[in-house]
Amino acid sequence: MGVLIKRGAEASIYLEEWCGRKVIFKRRHPKKYRVAELDRALQIRRTKHEPQMIHKAKEAGVPTPIIFLVDLEEATIIMEFVEGKQIKQILNDLPSEDRVRLCREIGRLVGKLHKSGIIHGDLTTSNMILTPSGRIVFVDFGLSEQSVDLEARGVDLHLMRRALASTHYKYADECFNAVIDGYREIMGDEITKDVINKIREIERRGRYIVGR
Amino acid sequence: MRGLEGYCLGIESTADDFGVGIASFDGEILANVNDVYVPERGGIHPREASRHHTIVAGRVIAEALNRAGLKPREISVIAFSQGPGLGPCLRVGATAARALAAYLNKPLVGVNHCVAHIEIGKMVSGARDPVTLYVSGGNTIVAAFEARRYRVFGETLDIAVGNCLDVFAREAGLRPRADKPLGAIVEELASRGKSFIQLPYTVKGMDLSFSGLLTAAINLLREGKYPLEDICFSFQETAFSMLTEVTERALAHTEKPEVLLTGGVAANKRLQDMLRVMCEEHGARFCVVPKEYATDNGAMIAWTGVLCYKHGLTIPIERSHVKLKWRLDEVEVPWVEQ
Repeated sequence: MGVLIKRGAEASIYLEEWCGRKVIFKRRHPKKYRVAELDRALQIRRTKHEPQMIHKAKEAGVPTPIIFLVDLEEATIIMEFVEGKQIKQILNDLPSEDRVRLCREIGRLVGKLHKSGIIHGDLTTSNMILTPSGRIVFVDFGLSEQSVDLEARGVDLHLMRRALASTHYKYADECFNAVIDGYREIMGDEITKDVINKIREIERRGRYIVGR
Repeated sequence: MRGLEGYCLGIESTADDFGVGIASFDGEILANVNDVYVPERGGIHPREASRHHTIVAGRVIAEALNRAGLKPREISVIAFSQGPGLGPCLRVGATAARALAAYLNKPLVGVNHCVAHIEIGKMVSGARDPVTLYVSGGNTIVAAFEARRYRVFGETLDIAVGNCLDVFAREAGLRPRADKPLGAIVEELASRGKSFIQLPYTVKGMDLSFSGLLTAAINLLREGKYPLEDICFSFQETAFSMLTEVTERALAHTEKPEVLLTGGVAANKRLQDMLRVMCEEHGARFCVVPKEYATDNGAMIAWTGVLCYKHGLTIPIERSHVKLKWRLDEVEVPWVEQ
């Protein structure tokens, strides 16, 4: 294995030279806390599923890493190493204008995913990479699913809002409003309105929220 | 900081427990008395639970004072659980607290129940800056401190895991005993389970959903094809793996050094084991709150009352209404340092 660049909760990410290329090995670890049957089933399901969803995202016009190889036995996906910075690392330090512009673009990309029936499932700012050329690449489709349900779309964006509120609390509202603006450009007024209402409903449903 | 020596009496009554605790300002728990309402059948009936609280309130308060060896006049602050919880139950504790504060002419503090679980957990376990997994009949929350508040990183999108366990257990025809809640009975059955049956495993980012798991497990019960032990085992393994996975995600995301497990479901040994194994892999310290302070209790309200009082967070009686849906992340906790 190459250099461990991130030990995530779900998988480890290694940077490696492979066939003359700089690549990422995303290896799902067996989780010792889970019974083997459950663990293996989850590992295979997620290792198979992720590259399929990454490909679907490309069809939707959303930049994602190139997949080179999928090794189910080792629960490993070999994919392109995307140069750049996580949005999480830079968002708080950007001038307000740039931050809004970036968030609007993120919103457009989420809109493109949703329009094609893709729910990312883990829309945090650590799963979005800004490349030196200014492109935003979405990574980690490990929890993604196919759905055009309002509910799924609402939960996806609700998670995004929650991620912003916990990691970028100072600018959470500004950022989320920009995300919604971008989303609206792709999805149109009507669906966006429905999704926003759904998010409100989800937040009220969340055990102890004061209706806002 | 006022720094004066004193004692805080805290009243907890968010759900089925009526608890009274007394904490000294320097963090000693002098009393922790509890009386639980046990329904004849089904879950907690809010009206019946509040009736229970009304009946036992006076006796539990007197017993707490007695155990602490204090006279009512020696109490410096009255704290109560102001929310979140069941309205009728919360109002009994609030009414008792207001009466005491008015009669004794002492300041009143309204404590957030979820904050109290975290604070008492930190105090008794020595955790300083943990990712907290708070699992009970009414709550399933993964939280950690970030900029003046305990931020909610993940929570259930539908029912709480404790509620999920209880409903499943009742559907399986199990009955709680005074010494053994339903969760403990399921745990015992699960420990004898052998084959794992795949059930819906629903993690969305750091949020969880238990309703699909509950429905599928109840369907298995009705099918009658599998031994109850195997269903309990698979049900528990699935639910707890989900909890451990989201806690792990929060730990990786926040890079905190500790995990704190609290709430009524924290007593489950299998859940403890899973989290311990996960923490070892991440080099994080695992802390579990002892049962007395993990389930709903008055001591946690008293201790959090001390922290609030020291930071001037008292409330006048006329603004002490209960807050049924008071979220953990709405509360500023000025006593925690970044």
